[in-house]
Amino acid sequence: MTADMLSQDLSLLIPELVLAGGAMALLMLGVFLKGEKTSVLIQWLTIGLLVAAGLAALFLVSGEGTAFNGSFIFDSLARFSKTAIALVAAIAMLLAMPYLKAENLGKIEYPVLVALAVTGMVMMVSANDLIAMYMGIELQSLALYVLAAFNRDSLRASEAGLKYFVLGALSSGLLLYGASLVYGFAGSTGFADIALAVESGSNVGLTVGLVFVICGLAFKVSAAPFHMWTPDVYEGAPTPVTAFFATAPKFAAIVLLARVLMEPFGSVVDQWRDVIWMIAVLSMGVGAFGALTQQNIKRLMAYSSIGNMGYALVAVAAASQTGLWALLVFMSLYMVGVIGSFAGILSMRTREGMVEQVSDLAGLAQRNPGLGWSMTALMFSIGGLPFMVGFFGKFFVVYAAVQADLMILAVLAVLFSVVGAAYYLRIVKVIWFDSSDIEFVPAAVSTYWVARIAGLATILLLPALGWLVFRAYSVGLSL
Amino acid sequence: MFGEFEAFLSILTFVPALGALVIATFRFTARNEDQGLIDRNSRWVAWLATMVTLGMSILLLANFDTKATGFQFVHEVTWLEQIGLGYRMGVDGLSVLFVVLTAFLMPICIMASGAIKNRVADYMIAFLLLETLVIGVFCALDLVLFYIFFEGGLIPMFIIIGVWGGQNRVYAAFKFFLYTLLGSVLMLVAMIVMFLQAGTTDVTVLLETEFARNAQMWMWLAFFASFAVKMPMWPVHTWLPDAHVQAPTAGSVILAGVLLKLGGYGFLRFSLPMFPEASAYFAPMVFVLSIIAIIYTSLVAFRQTDIKKLIAYSSVAHMGFVTMGLFAMNETGVQGALYQMISHGFISGALFLCVGVIYDRMHTREIAFYGGLVHRMPVFAAIFGLFAMANVGLPGTSGFVGEIMTMVGAFQVSWWIATGAAVGVILSAMYMLTVYRDVVFGEMTNPKLENITDLNRMEWLIFIPLVIGTLVLGVFSTLITDVTATAVNHLISNYDAALAASAQ
Repeated sequence: MTADMLSQDLSLLIPELVLAGGAMALLMLGVFLKGEKTSVLIQWLTIGLLVAAGLAALFLVSGEGTAFNGSFIFDSLARFSKTAIALVAAIAMLLAMPYLKAENLGKIEYPVLVALAVTGMVMMVSANDLIAMYMGIELQSLALYVLAAFNRDSLRASEAGLKYFVLGALSSGLLLYGASLVYGFAGSTGFADIALAVESGSNVGLTVGLVFVICGLAFKVSAAPFHMWTPDVYEGAPTPVTAFFATAPKFAAIVLLARVLMEPFGSVVDQWRDVIWMIAVLSMGVGAFGALTQQNIKRLMAYSSIGNMGYALVAVAAASQTGLWALLVFMSLYMVGVIGSFAGILSMRTREGMVEQVSDLAGLAQRNPGLGWSMTALMFSIGGLPFMVGFFGKFFVVYAAVQADLMILAVLAVLFSVVGAAYYLRIVKVIWFDSSDIEFVPAAVSTYWVARIAGLATILLLPALGWLVFRAYSVGLSL
Repeated sequence: MFGEFEAFLSILTFVPALGALVIATFRFTARNEDQGLIDRNSRWVAWLATMVTLGMSILLLANFDTKATGFQFVHEVTWLEQIGLGYRMGVDGLSVLFVVLTAFLMPICIMASGAIKNRVADYMIAFLLLETLVIGVFCALDLVLFYIFFEGGLIPMFIIIGVWGGQNRVYAAFKFFLYTLLGSVLMLVAMIVMFLQAGTTDVTVLLETEFARNAQMWMWLAFFASFAVKMPMWPVHTWLPDAHVQAPTAGSVILAGVLLKLGGYGFLRFSLPMFPEASAYFAPMVFVLSIIAIIYTSLVAFRQTDIKKLIAYSSVAHMGFVTMGLFAMNETGVQGALYQMISHGFISGALFLCVGVIYDRMHTREIAFYGGLVHRMPVFAAIFGLFAMANVGLPGTSGFVGEIMTMVGAFQVSWWIATGAAVGVILSAMYMLTVYRDVVFGEMTNPKLENITDLNRMEWLIFIPLVIGTLVLGVFSTLITDVTATAVNHLISNYDAALAASAQ
């Protein structure tokens, strides 16, 4: 490989290089600089790093194409996803800062691990090869396992980390087994070669391999029936870590799943569509009914995320260009809702410390009107109710399903959204109809503004929706 | 004069939302000790915003060309054009009066909210948002935009019922929200199917599109699921009595006066013109359900002990006349249905306000609690009497015109239907006169009522426009029929043409 080709390849990797190099540099900085202020400095630098990587993906990478013998691909799907992932991770990091300070968790490793996890995620959405895919997933997962247990003095956090690790390892095993079967029968790990092998005639080995790969990835997106870890990990992990879990990794994993299914296995849609169909329906059902009686708001958000991943899978099941852009629009709008809701949850701090019961929100609309209205708008938005912007995410998903003639799936999706509305309404009910004398201490400036801006965005994004759809739409066309 | 000013309708729609934004800005930025001040001023902001909307809606009506078919005051903005969605607003003869009705009732609601003492600013924000969303439903010329306004209205109403409602408000709010949402999501799927078949969500294009007979059946049923619940038609009316009884007075007024009209408007805008064959096919079913609604809910109303519940059931019965008139699909019937909807907006709103008057004084709606109010409240007795009679359909009030026209329309289809509806009229006289006698006449036996006072100045102001409206519309019926005639004729001729084409 000549230097020329290498520089060409590397030019596609600017976001990854920024993140990986930056993470290393920050780790060194943290080791050599001592003192209280170092960790705050590194946290800010990490935010800058994430924003830089996101902007680099959006503007700096000029061309599109594959690198390193086709194992890495930078296309418009990767561009869109990388920007979204890096930016939402930056917001999650911003939300974590006041929490880490208050809980005495301000170690330098936290921001470095976030940067490394995001490196893994941006690799995942660019994976064009089974090995590159696995590398991305593992880099992401290992960083996330540690983050889940970051508050190591807390029994629940350690339990969450351990659970996540054991089950994550199991799913990685499934994924690897499937990948090795696919490799064995296709004769190559590259997605392009697998696509050729699949087109030339499918066989049982490839199908079984595909099913294992789907199982492994379904675990990563926390789709039912591979969702069992989600409520425990969401509840046990420190809240800003949960906020991070609920956004960026989900986006990366669902985009990877969509790419694996639609590119190498795009020609055998009939074989995997029923599997995704079942997983989608189960996820929507588990999410909707599981959340109904949850008392802990983080657990409730976990079930909400299972349910919403079901909707994302509906878009995947459509297996079309429409499905792809619907997926991207849905995920983007969903992440606005989730990150805003977690900013709200992080504002739930009394003098005694963090509280996380749904009932602690009682009377919020009266005690703290700004936060109360924001949370209300965010809940309606995640629930996909008009006139919040989240409605359009679900609308496009159902649109993609109807277009792909998946009428039963579309009807089930809208019916589950009614069940889902019941538990989002329950939160709104607690915020508005109940009353209590719990007093929250004022939230940190960043948390305060993230919650409010996200709340406003659920309505103000409506006119800007055209731009988002346009970006996602061009992704859908390019594949 | 406003023909060139494109955004007029959009501004009309969003003026209340702007008012809500003003209140919200102060509400969220003010210190806690200033919230009382904001509560006081929010009433004025809300009143001003609704009055501006009313003024604009009157201008709209004055500049409305009653001779023209098609939509007027159309405002289009490109939005999501890649996939064919757009922001399109406009009114025609079927919708313009509902805009005026909504704008007319809203200032009355704001004035009638004097009894609301806690969280007034939030209350006003919710009401103003509701006004924008409801007017939006009547103006939207895009399927998805329609759906957003249609369903979005649930959110402020949920909060209005749940926060300022009665004892059992949480149950009523949830039932209201989930019941109507369940009906509507199926409509959403049908809308997507229409969207995919026609390639656009533009209502003006969809009105010209012919859908296959089989597809029409399914889509009609999906739309019916939504509109029948909103209407509400028997047997999916059970959310309404709960919502009405628990809602605060102004909430009930808006629910009965405007929100119940969304279903009827939906039938007129979508089901009848877009799915003519399915509408003709299912019309007998609608007739049967309408007659059951008229007779059964009238009987149920007769047995109620709570005045608000009685009026709620009476609303279901009156909406039965509307669906009957609509699906008769002749000029008299559809005109009558429109008339009945507008007139019911006045009458039921006024009746709920009457209940509000005595509820604010005594804090109970039990019929048995009252009696002999005429001795202490002669003016109230007269006004309540007028609206009770209007509800029965006494000639000279607007209620009569709507009922007689829908019955004449139904008679042209089958005299059985008209007979059933006529029985309903008798039954409505039975329950309305009974409740009027029990509440207003007789000896005042309950000692708690001895110090009850007659209408105060604000209540006078609230009732005067409603009284005038009911009486004027009872005599000068052309005020409404002239506006709607062209659009209704257009609708019916297209409908007949579509049926004739399919019969060949």
